[in-house]
Amino acid sequence: MSDIKAATLEYATRLGDDSVVLGHRISEWVSYGPFLEEDIAYGNVSLDYIGRARMFYTYAAELAADGRDEDDFAFMRNDREYRNLLLMEMPKGDFAYSQVRQLFADVYYTVLLPELLQSKDETLSAIAAKAIKETKYHLRRSRDWVLRLGDGTEESHKRTQKAVDQLWGYTHEMFDMDETEQLLADEGIGVDVSKLRDAWLKMVTDILTEATITVPEDSWAVRGGRTGYHTENLGHMLTEMQIVHRSNPGCKW
Amino acid sequence: MTPQEEQFWAKIEAEEKIEPKDWMPDDYRKNLIRQISQHAHSEVIGMQPEGNWITRAPSLRRKAVLLSKVQDEAGHGLYLYSACETLGISRSEMIEQLQTGKAKYSSIFNYPTLTWADVGAIGWLVDGAAIVNQVSLQRTSYGPYSRGMIRICKEESFHQRQGYEAILALAKGSPDQKAMAQDALDRFYWPALMMFGPHDSESAHSQKSMQWKIKRETNDDLRQKFVDQTVKQIEVLGLEHPDKAIKWNEERGHYDSSDLNWDEFWSVINGNGHCNRQRIEHHVAAHDEGEWVRDAISAYNEKKRAKKAQNAA
Ligand SMILES: [Fe+2]
Ligand SMILES: [Fe+2]
Ligand SMILES: [Fe+2]
Repeated sequence: MSDIKAATLEYATRLGDDSVVLGHRISEWVSYGPFLEEDIAYGNVSLDYIGRARMFYTYAAELAADGRDEDDFAFMRNDREYRNLLLMEMPKGDFAYSQVRQLFADVYYTVLLPELLQSKDETLSAIAAKAIKETKYHLRRSRDWVLRLGDGTEESHKRTQKAVDQLWGYTHEMFDMDETEQLLADEGIGVDVSKLRDAWLKMVTDILTEATITVPEDSWAVRGGRTGYHTENLGHMLTEMQIVHRSNPGCKW
Repeated sequence: MTPQEEQFWAKIEAEEKIEPKDWMPDDYRKNLIRQISQHAHSEVIGMQPEGNWITRAPSLRRKAVLLSKVQDEAGHGLYLYSACETLGISRSEMIEQLQTGKAKYSSIFNYPTLTWADVGAIGWLVDGAAIVNQVSLQRTSYGPYSRGMIRICKEESFHQRQGYEAILALAKGSPDQKAMAQDALDRFYWPALMMFGPHDSESAHSQKSMQWKIKRETNDDLRQKFVDQTVKQIEVLGLEHPDKAIKWNEERGHYDSSDLNWDEFWSVINGNGHCNRQRIEHHVAAHDEGEWVRDAISAYNEKKRAKKAQNAA
């Protein structure tokens, strides 16, 4: 396998991991939302991410060409092999926590996907094209929620500020590059995320400010998702997610 | 009979729909509220046993299918709450009745989902039984309910096919998978039959509802339809029929079957099934935890309104 092909396989896997982990976390809200409409909306967003994961993994499987399929990528890899960003794996927390995480992720995709759309790799570009539309809706939703929660009651404000403070340190690694991603960026296949932080920060700052939320200082950062150095949360999440699939090896569903 | 009553009965007689603005007898209204809200609550509580498997679905495709099914059920709940609101009761009143046990929901959801196969069994048998009932309710006399049923039935048929397909994959899979499918069938078959309610002779609301054409077919007739259609489906799966007494009756043109365990039926209805307490607790907990969120929305909207008024002044 050429270096570029191997890097693309790794890249598609990373993006698939981000999607499946976040999609799973959102799905945990179904039947636990503050009202029925919200259960439906959560289901929608989760479905979009699961759909994205399937597209990225299917592409990864195609590149790997070793007989694996999308489900082997999702269900047969351990937490140490997962390469998702830490932000995605954080537990669902309270409603404010989930919505703030969602805002950070949605703004991230808002700045990332248009770049991925330009990829010389047709499959990645096609996935981006589909995802861009979904992300528009996602961002409208998480932005609205953060505005309402931030500028709602004293309690909702407090919870929202706390979520922002607790999650901020996990956002920095979203803009880290490593050799693999640099190679792909140089080839016009992958996105140079290091160039996206300013745009992300500007959008997030505008929204948080309007929501009367204080933007935290960049005083701490936790990193490791892209190297498989995860928080303790991912292992539990995958244990649950993979249990049925792994208990019945080689089965079709 | 007053002229209003005469008009009402003339409409019922002529198979015309009663609409929200029409005059209707008090009992008719009450009966409808009971039935529609119970149906809405069933959709909502039904999200729990299936939602129980969203995070453990064994493939990404199945996860997506299940997620969208549960989402559909939430949509049905929403739609039915709106239909019920046309009768002069609010959603929050209905939720309170659910949480205090004043309103019921389908007892089937008080049975636990213990394996992945249960998700397939629910789609196949529970949605399947619901469709038999709901197809009949498409002809119900109350307009908004009838239209709701027409719309909801389409999605329920889709759920039923997907559920059957999921069970089929297991039945044709490994021995363990097949055993899982059989176990789910054995557990859900009987409660699915109970979804049609008690024998007509025992049913408190049946007779009145039939006169009003709220209900169009009796519990026992609907149950028989379901029994009949399920025999062939079980055969195709290559699973064993849970009812050893199932036997074609040439004379009746129907299958004969065992009577149900009505003690269990009443026990679950009366709140003592495996999951009755858990289901309500879950609903209450989510609702209570959501309170600060709902308060935040009101406060935010209030601030926006005040600001707008100030700007206008
Ligand atoms: Fe439904
Ligand atoms: Fe239904
Ligand atoms: Fe359904």
